Amino acid sequence: MSHHDAVVVGTGLAGLTAAVRLAESGARVLVLAKGVGATHLSPGTIDVLGYSPARVERPAEALGALPATHPYSLVGADAVAAAVTWFKERVASGSLAPYASVGDVDANFLLPPAVGVPRPSAVVPETMAAGDLRDGDPVYVVGFRALKDFHPALLADNLGRSGLGVKARATELELVPERRRDVNALGFARALDDPAFRGDVVAQVVTRLAPGERVAFPAVLGIADPHGAWTALEQGLGRPVFEVPTLPPSVPGMRVFALLREALRRAGGSVVLNNVVIGAERAGGRVTALRTRVGLRDERHGADWVVLATGGFASGGLELDSRWSARETALGLPVAGVPGAGEQRFRPGYFDDHPMSRAGVAVDRELRPVDAAGERALENVLVAGATLAGAEPWREKSGDGLSLATGYRAAELVLAASTAVPAAAAGS
Amino acid sequence: MALHDGHDVLGTLLMRESLDHCVKCTICETFCPVSNVTPLFPGPKYVGPQAERFRVPDEPSPDASLDYCSGCGICTQVCPQGVHIAEINSRARAHLKATHGVPLRDRLLGRPTLAGRLGTPAAPLANWTLRNRLLRLAAEKAIGLHHRAPMPRFAGRTFQRWARGHTPPQAARRVAFFHGCGTNYYEPRLGEMTVALLEHNGVAVDVPKQDCCGLPLQSNGLFDDARGYVHRLAQRLAPFARADVDIVGTSTSCTLMLKREALEILGMEDDADLRAVSARVFDICEYLVGMHERGELKTDFEPVPETVVYHAPCQQQGHGIGKPALDLFALVPELRVVESDATCCGVAGTYGLKREKYDIAMKVGAGLFAQIADAAPDRAVCDSETCRWQIEHATGVRTVHPVELLHRASGL
Repeated sequence: MSHHDAVVVGTGLAGLTAAVRLAESGARVLVLAKGVGATHLSPGTIDVLGYSPARVERPAEALGALPATHPYSLVGADAVAAAVTWFKERVASGSLAPYASVGDVDANFLLPPAVGVPRPSAVVPETMAAGDLRDGDPVYVVGFRALKDFHPALLADNLGRSGLGVKARATELELVPERRRDVNALGFARALDDPAFRGDVVAQVVTRLAPGERVAFPAVLGIADPHGAWTALEQGLGRPVFEVPTLPPSVPGMRVFALLREALRRAGGSVVLNNVVIGAERAGGRVTALRTRVGLRDERHGADWVVLATGGFASGGLELDSRWSARETALGLPVAGVPGAGEQRFRPGYFDDHPMSRAGVAVDRELRPVDAAGERALENVLVAGATLAGAEPWREKSGDGLSLATGYRAAELVLAASTAVPAAAAGS
Repeated sequence: MALHDGHDVLGTLLMRESLDHCVKCTICETFCPVSNVTPLFPGPKYVGPQAERFRVPDEPSPDASLDYCSGCGICTQVCPQGVHIAEINSRARAHLKATHGVPLRDRLLGRPTLAGRLGTPAAPLANWTLRNRLLRLAAEKAIGLHHRAPMPRFAGRTFQRWARGHTPPQAARRVAFFHGCGTNYYEPRLGEMTVALLEHNGVAVDVPKQDCCGLPLQSNGLFDDARGYVHRLAQRLAPFARADVDIVGTSTSCTLMLKREALEILGMEDDADLRAVSARVFDICEYLVGMHERGELKTDFEPVPETVVYHAPCQQQGHGIGKPALDLFALVPELRVVESDATCCGVAGTYGLKREKYDIAMKVGAGLFAQIADAAPDRAVCDSETCRWQIEHATGVRTVHPVELLHRASGL
């Protein structure tokens, strides 16, 4: 049986954040996961709090008004701000440098996603910041006909209807990397790592621009060298250029994964995929080892600390059966907030406040899971990310912020409480 | 539902039905090393969970692009929903090949023991033939084996023969060594070093008679023939497993075959011998790390003042055991290890040897080859023999199994 200072379960934003923070502080970290997490599907922004329930301009201030059971309230606004600062440093000093993220928890950007409905977001890649719709400059939306996941005319029309007074026009380029018939966002991002392809794009777009227009592209401006691709287009076109997130695979999300994965590798942490945690060995209110199954063999992974970041119902971290019995799949932790028999579970409108939607693992202020009576269930297990009860990320626009803040806070709590980590490193 | 969620869902029906868990997130497509370098392969999601819905038993397969899947298995590893994409594709390819016919080349590449038995007694001639450009061009024209494809050298002797003359010392522990065809015919020295390393650590090594694990046949879509090989090998190894003797192997793709792939892809979940073997088979580095965790590994390693690039091959990653070689290298003083973060060397067993796939394989491996060139290492290290041959072919850097470094660091 292996033994690590900390075993993190899950490779999404929460799990990777906790793992990198722990490993960089000197802890021996193992990440166990079923597969790659939701970073590949996310827009690469950190949406801390977009609606509460009205649109939020200043997330740091709005955090204070959330219910006491909300994960943000449990970790506190300072921890959210610290996590955001840490994330920005990780990006700026990471394997894609000088690619950077901009913004902070004090104010939201208002950015257009692919369908054009404005989206409040606190921290965004530098390549997206010029898309802020509070800036009234007109937008020229450039797409690629071969990229089926991005429709410039739809975005331009919806921007015109957004009520923000932003005028937009659209065009589609016929450029296709490697003469392929079917190219996804990643295929175009690879092409835009190549200066020659950037030059082709500039040559086709530069003559079509009207005075004062900024230029929107699908978020495919480079995967290995996004800063280079973005600056080359800005310089070549002589205009502000910004990326608009696409359908998956999301290139900016993949950049986040690559950055954190590489940071973890450099810090000596390891990731093992296709390892689904199916149970744990316990002793006196602590988990001593996690069990996984590979082929016909059960494997055990000993740990002083466990950070559980397996995601919610969509990722399989939580499961709901047809009899309305919910379970947390790795450790069998109690799931709080599931409406009982006879109680209303869902409301009719898609964006309504559904009673079921805050279900998850309830935790105390130190992210330890608690039972129905509010008593701490396990001493050395911390829960982070979408597994947590009390939030409604899709209504709040808070998913990435929650994962980042709770993953970071979990690592901080482990470092503060741990004796297995050298004191000097833990204090850094 | 997924194989690894604790339920025993081995079996072809459930393996296939894992496709219902596909949410079209495209994560597999972003990691696929083949579709990322060639438009000839449209990607694992497309030919896997999507196209599988259009494949009907007893009807022709709708799309031959599936044959460009290299079978590296990375799609299954990264899938967040537990879909057995690579396994579904392997099975579909067998059906495709059964419909279209299997070329002579693939039948030959699928049987390394045949080549081994013929080539070993005539090693000088065989090695000359394999390195003669005119003959290789003729072979490319005749059967479609690419004339530049990396070919191993026959050692001219077998590891089995060495093992028969070797008397294991008395030891408290015992393992059975599944050495595979590569060690037997091409790299017998690796087998000898493995035995020496294990004996140095107080483990006696049995070398049972054995034949191919059937993986190359499986990769080439010849499932019935592959099952025969697996069944015979499992029969040979099962008595050890049933006597609580662990089975260790140096060929990481072949141990994966016994551990997982034959059960999942060939649908041999009812083979009692194979089940017994599967639960007891270990990749050699996995086994050595286990010994280290139990305090059974001698760690007074001598310094190895070298820089090496370590590449964990796809099939090694398929074990789901991380990179145990790196944990072992960390115990060796002065050894500087550069970890490759490339996914695949391209060769994928026999894929990169084929005329129509050689260039694709070299493009797939380009990232790895560049990392090795950048590091300018004393040698490269990789757990899989076909990958080692591909890396040496592409980079000119001598490439060894992790055991070779550990053998040296142990002062043997």
